[in-house]
Amino acid sequence: MTVSRSAPDDRSIEMGAGISEKTVAETAEERISYLRAGHTLRSWFFTTDHKRIALLYLVSVTFFFFIGGAAAALMRADLLTPEGDLLSNEGYNRAFTLHGVIMVWFFLIPSIPNVFGNFLLPLMIGARDLAFPRLNLISWYVYMVGGLFTVFILITGGVDTGWTFYTPLSSMFANGNVVLAATAIFVVGFSSIMTGLNFIVTVHTLRAPGMTWGRLPLFVWSHYATSIILVLATPVLTISLVLIAAERLFGIGIFDPALGGDPLLYQHLFWFYSHPAVYIMVLPALGVTSELVAAAARKPVFGYWFVAASSIAIALVGFLVWGHHMFVSGQSMYASAVFSFLSLVVAVPSGIKVYNWTATLYKGHISLDPPFLFAMGFIGLFVVGGLTGLILAMLAVDVHVHDTYFVVAHFHYIMVGGTVSAFFGALHYWWPKITGRRYSIVWGSLSAVFIFLGFNLTFFPQFLLGYLGMPRRYHVYDPGFQVLHVLSSAGATILGVAYLLPFAYLFYSLRNGEPAGPNPWGATGLEWTVASPPPKHNFETIPVVTRPPYDYEIEQESDAG
Amino acid sequence: MLGMYLFLASEVLLFGGLFAGALTYRILYPEAVVAASARLHVWIGAANTALLLTSSLLVALAVQAADRGLRRPAAALLSGAAGLGFGFLVLKAVEYTKEIHQGLLPGFGGRFDFSSPVEQLFMNLYLVGTGLHAAHMTVGIAILAGLAWRIGRRSLPLPERAVTVAVCGLYWHLVDIVWVFLYPVLYLAR
Repeated sequence: MTVSRSAPDDRSIEMGAGISEKTVAETAEERISYLRAGHTLRSWFFTTDHKRIALLYLVSVTFFFFIGGAAAALMRADLLTPEGDLLSNEGYNRAFTLHGVIMVWFFLIPSIPNVFGNFLLPLMIGARDLAFPRLNLISWYVYMVGGLFTVFILITGGVDTGWTFYTPLSSMFANGNVVLAATAIFVVGFSSIMTGLNFIVTVHTLRAPGMTWGRLPLFVWSHYATSIILVLATPVLTISLVLIAAERLFGIGIFDPALGGDPLLYQHLFWFYSHPAVYIMVLPALGVTSELVAAAARKPVFGYWFVAASSIAIALVGFLVWGHHMFVSGQSMYASAVFSFLSLVVAVPSGIKVYNWTATLYKGHISLDPPFLFAMGFIGLFVVGGLTGLILAMLAVDVHVHDTYFVVAHFHYIMVGGTVSAFFGALHYWWPKITGRRYSIVWGSLSAVFIFLGFNLTFFPQFLLGYLGMPRRYHVYDPGFQVLHVLSSAGATILGVAYLLPFAYLFYSLRNGEPAGPNPWGATGLEWTVASPPPKHNFETIPVVTRPPYDYEIEQESDAG
Repeated sequence: MLGMYLFLASEVLLFGGLFAGALTYRILYPEAVVAASARLHVWIGAANTALLLTSSLLVALAVQAADRGLRRPAAALLSGAAGLGFGFLVLKAVEYTKEIHQGLLPGFGGRFDFSSPVEQLFMNLYLVGTGLHAAHMTVGIAILAGLAWRIGRRSLPLPERAVTVAVCGLYWHLVDIVWVFLYPVLYLAR
């Protein structure tokens, strides 16, 4: 995107600071990258710079990814044999609960928004920071407090209810730290709400002059939609957890039939949050993919307004489909039918995105550098996940595959094949911008390929397992299923190694990588107009935007209609 | 301001979950809900409503005063609103005490002999709902009192920082609106 630099006395967005004549020293200081501006621990842990906070989040989510991954490794190891020989029944329950809780709330939900959203949102809209920088820092601390609670629970024996905390098990019968777990998630929910709030206000109030809504990168649109869900859905989870804690601590029997309550009410409240929550997990990934696809093809995204609107549509319609998690719970047939229909409808905007990405790639100069490999992998895996989601949305089919491995495979295709791939794609794409270094293209491509292959080997057999009737959350199973389980565990091993590869070469690149210029991929976007790594205050002067987004040169087509 | 509105939206959803539960039970068990609601102290609730609505009026006036840079009136109005809020909490404590003595509230010993479990459930919802509201009230009182203090000590210059008063006023109004819905749903079910 070409931008014209305005005159030095342009309106500065910085709060309260007018641009006056700068001393030479001040200007020089402004060019120091955010990484070098301050070396003390204080300057990192008390920073309000959105870029540093993004790195704090990057370290934390990686840490939790490992813990959740360790739980998964335990599970897959236990599932190699049909007997429950590695873990006890209780132990296996705790393992899958821990895996779910950590991966959902401490990895997937914060991953792209809090790392890449925090880092890139101000840069992409031409601002110097988010609207509430201190709130941003507080959100990280709140997240860490929630995380510490969770680690504490892990050490003291865990919870065995599943990440879904269904009543009456969680409210009445479960042993273990249900209240602590509920508190941990309660706390981390506030981090989500703060982040969402920050993003929405930032997009409304801090766009650079000329950055109209129609010129925003699609990454920003998708994070805006995600933030709507963050702000509106998370409180419902909060109240569900409060009610569970109230029932366990004070005997307040909202979910206890003996006291006139209804356990199904919990499911409604929980899924009213948790279905939109899965869109929190996937919408940022869809935004990342839009950016990567445009950069891969060196073409504007086809149907920009359709893709932008589809993000908002997913966010809104996503609030209307929670009952598809409850088709076999005893809710009325009419409700189930309505939810089934709406669940089919919610797939349409996602489909629009996939078609538009394909159209973007068509006749583009497609580059196969690592970030774009991850994006292609994303599209393939997301389509499989999405189509199997449609299968599950069919009420009649879901009755048979509910609570089987079919469901497990579906959501892992979206969350791991989708979101985690997009996370790695984003990491590989914006790594030069964040660190100022380039990494080995060969190793990057290898890891993208291995992740794709390992992922499919792990999770495709699970579709078959589920279809054949293997229930989820069981570690004792019919020996006839063993072959598929062994395949899946083998794939998990490959996947685990493949996820470790980027650690090696990305860390290596920090010291030994070629310094990256401002725009190593030749992409459009305001973030590529500043140095890599960016200076602390992002822009020397706030840019004025005059061109459309994705302003690549398009070849003239002779058959253009 | 936008930030505060977004935060309030999230608070609405928070209480919304509770109201969803209350609505469910109202539809499923109308007689039990009505019977339980009759046990609540309607007049204490009404007095509380009056206190809270008046305090909201004072806050609205304080926002206007802040806009005009009128320091003393703004601080006085905010203190008055905080005081009324405190009165609300006192009345609530009195009400809770009565209910504990009657054994109506769970977790405090002495089970009342309810004619149906749904009645007990209703009392539970009442406790959670009004308890959550009281927690928000306490925060709100602290905010209003703090604001009044800062205006009084001139560490919050008016009218330059009038928006701070407006934003905090919005929070108080939300707490008020939640009560405006809570009161009829809990106390006036007939």
